[in-house]
Amino acid sequence: MANLPNTPKLDELTKGPWPSFVSEIKRAAERSDMCKDLLGLLERSYNEKIGHWKHGGIVGVMGYGGGVIGRYTDLPEEFPNISHFHTLRINQPAGWFYTSEALRTLADIWEKHGSGLTNMHGSTGDIIFLGTRTEELEPTFADLTAAGFDLGGSGSDMRTPSACCGKARCEWACYDTMKACYDTTMRYQDELHRPMFPYKWKFKFAGCPNDCVASIARADISVIGTWRDDIKIDQAEVKNYADAGLDIFDDVVLNCPGKCMKWDGNTLEIDNDYCRHCMHCINVMPKALAPGDKRGATVLIGAKAPIIEGALLSSVVIPFIDIDEEYEEFCDIIERMQDIWSEEGKNRERVGEFIQRVGMGNFFEAAEIDLIPEMVTHPRENPYIFFEDYYEEGDEEEEEE
Amino acid sequence: MADDKPKRVTDIGPPHYEKFLPPVIKDNYGKWKYHEILKPGVMVHYGHSGDKLFTVRAASPRLMSIDKMRDFADLADKYCDGYLRFTSRNNVEFLLTDESKIDPLIEDLKALNHPVGGLGNSISNIVHTQGWVHCHSAATDASGIVKAVMDEMYEYFSEMKLPAKIRIALACCLNMCGAVHCSDIAILGIHRRPPRIDHNTLERLCEIPLVTSSCPTAAIRPTTTPEGKKSVEVIEEQCMFCANCYTVCPSMPLNDPLNDGVSIWVGGKVSNARTAPMFSKLAIPFIPNNPPRWPEVTDAIKNIVEVWAANARKYERIGEWINRITYPKFFEMTGIEFQKEHIDDFKFAGLTYHRTAQLVR
Repeated sequence: MANLPNTPKLDELTKGPWPSFVSEIKRAAERSDMCKDLLGLLERSYNEKIGHWKHGGIVGVMGYGGGVIGRYTDLPEEFPNISHFHTLRINQPAGWFYTSEALRTLADIWEKHGSGLTNMHGSTGDIIFLGTRTEELEPTFADLTAAGFDLGGSGSDMRTPSACCGKARCEWACYDTMKACYDTTMRYQDELHRPMFPYKWKFKFAGCPNDCVASIARADISVIGTWRDDIKIDQAEVKNYADAGLDIFDDVVLNCPGKCMKWDGNTLEIDNDYCRHCMHCINVMPKALAPGDKRGATVLIGAKAPIIEGALLSSVVIPFIDIDEEYEEFCDIIERMQDIWSEEGKNRERVGEFIQRVGMGNFFEAAEIDLIPEMVTHPRENPYIFFEDYYEEGDEEEEEE
Repeated sequence: MADDKPKRVTDIGPPHYEKFLPPVIKDNYGKWKYHEILKPGVMVHYGHSGDKLFTVRAASPRLMSIDKMRDFADLADKYCDGYLRFTSRNNVEFLLTDESKIDPLIEDLKALNHPVGGLGNSISNIVHTQGWVHCHSAATDASGIVKAVMDEMYEYFSEMKLPAKIRIALACCLNMCGAVHCSDIAILGIHRRPPRIDHNTLERLCEIPLVTSSCPTAAIRPTTTPEGKKSVEVIEEQCMFCANCYTVCPSMPLNDPLNDGVSIWVGGKVSNARTAPMFSKLAIPFIPNNPPRWPEVTDAIKNIVEVWAANARKYERIGEWINRITYPKFFEMTGIEFQKEHIDDFKFAGLTYHRTAQLVR
């Protein structure tokens, strides 16, 4: 039995019905001195109400500029086993599907080279190996690649793309999210491993407007599934929902943002020309309603968290593209936008902030993307218009000649 | 020169997902018809083929030992031919084809202290960041608050008795690795003390033009100390504690036990269902750190959830409920005090002023 440090505050968090991260660290500490020191350090943070990690440090594997986050404690004398405690980000399989064999392979590699602590998964989607020494980075990487895994992104590179489970287990998937995620990850391996952008560059693929991967809030490129033909209705099943107690008028019709539904007690009518593809009615009656057959995606750009100039949600670039069939066209449009930001963006300026700075009209014009009303909630409210041309006296005559 | 070492492999990308899909998914890929939630944490997907796929969703603390990974692998072997997945909110999902194995699996998960739930109108797992476990800029711990909140809100994970779903997220500083800014409830670590400048190391560790330009309010300017060291100074009244300067310059830490703590935000969503995606809005500007269980934070969240649950209409997310009842009612009903900090004073603040005479009484 390992001799664990005395941690009364942390021990409080081993109690209660929710699974405990402290119990996980303690379990790993049975075999890992790093985890023993981590417990001691964390208890100290709980007493002092401050973290004890130094600011970064550039470490990595040969030839890559991302994928490893350097971490050192500021109390190395007291906690020598976590004087280095680096993180590896490992590119997850699309949709986070695993076999037991794959999980055991990952566990064995991390038992051999690191603390034995992981995050399944990090916020961006990677498998996180939490805590190892600099000299273990290359050997861990060698074992990972031998097992078919590779590192994910960090710093000013393309970050590891992620996707919802899409067609693998969801009837609402309007395109093949996992394929788009995998293909994008493979197409941009160089961009993913070698920082070459002004700042991070994230892709997230959501199969329908429910957006289970929160792409619209946190991806520079948000790809959200949608459809263009009519919602499919099975009227008998609608009736079954009503008979089972669902109040179709209150719970469905009144919640429709396009006010395009009617319910007479027997038949549900949808005026699909005004449907906004929000998913509410389909969410409530999955057995009766379904997205149409003409499926694809809306592509949006620019979401980010507050740092630096304030949080942004992504906004529309392409209202509809059949991304499964037109993947090359999708990439071409993305690359045109990426090139402009990459050339003109300031250091640590996300593409959303760049667009705010230069103006969306200018940005899309430079990227040769048609300007359409779907890109704005409403036209401008101020008259401060940058007209780009004006006439001099005599211009009209010249034109007539 | 002979090179007998094995070639170093790079840029192979992740393993192809098809390797990890169970046969029932390969057979029904893109051909699912509909699904039903059978009970908390258990759903079934029906294929057009007539095949059924059962999913059992269980909580995880996200921070997991490799031993737990192996436990999950063992359960996957025992009940689902070795196939499982994780969700975007750090739950683990077991993928079964044999309905009779659902209850024994749930029993085994309970024995491992992993409750089953998080589907439908419930509180799913809290997405969160690293906190004091692993981050240099954390204003609070992440895993500890999550554990304390979910212990308190456990019944709402393991049952489906809320009007709509709730998505809670925690980020331990404004960098928001967890992108919490569109959550029904966001717990956000914040600093409240301007950076302490280490003039002895700054010139060596930091690029001064990068530091001055990093400040969104232009509060940082170059200076030379009386000792002749090149450094920066901060106009403290212009600092809103974003810590972006610290991100580019280790000599400007903001971490401070007396002034760091937690803020609570409400009413965000990412789904397009019914209403457009929304940012979360400030509910409580500051709660001091109180480890190990942060009781003031758990009480505040429980209060918001329960006032919402008692008053919202079916399917109405927290933000949709507040938009209907309006913010003055939200403050009145929750008993949360409205303070100066609630009024935006950053860019576009004017857009948040109440520009209509439409008011509830």
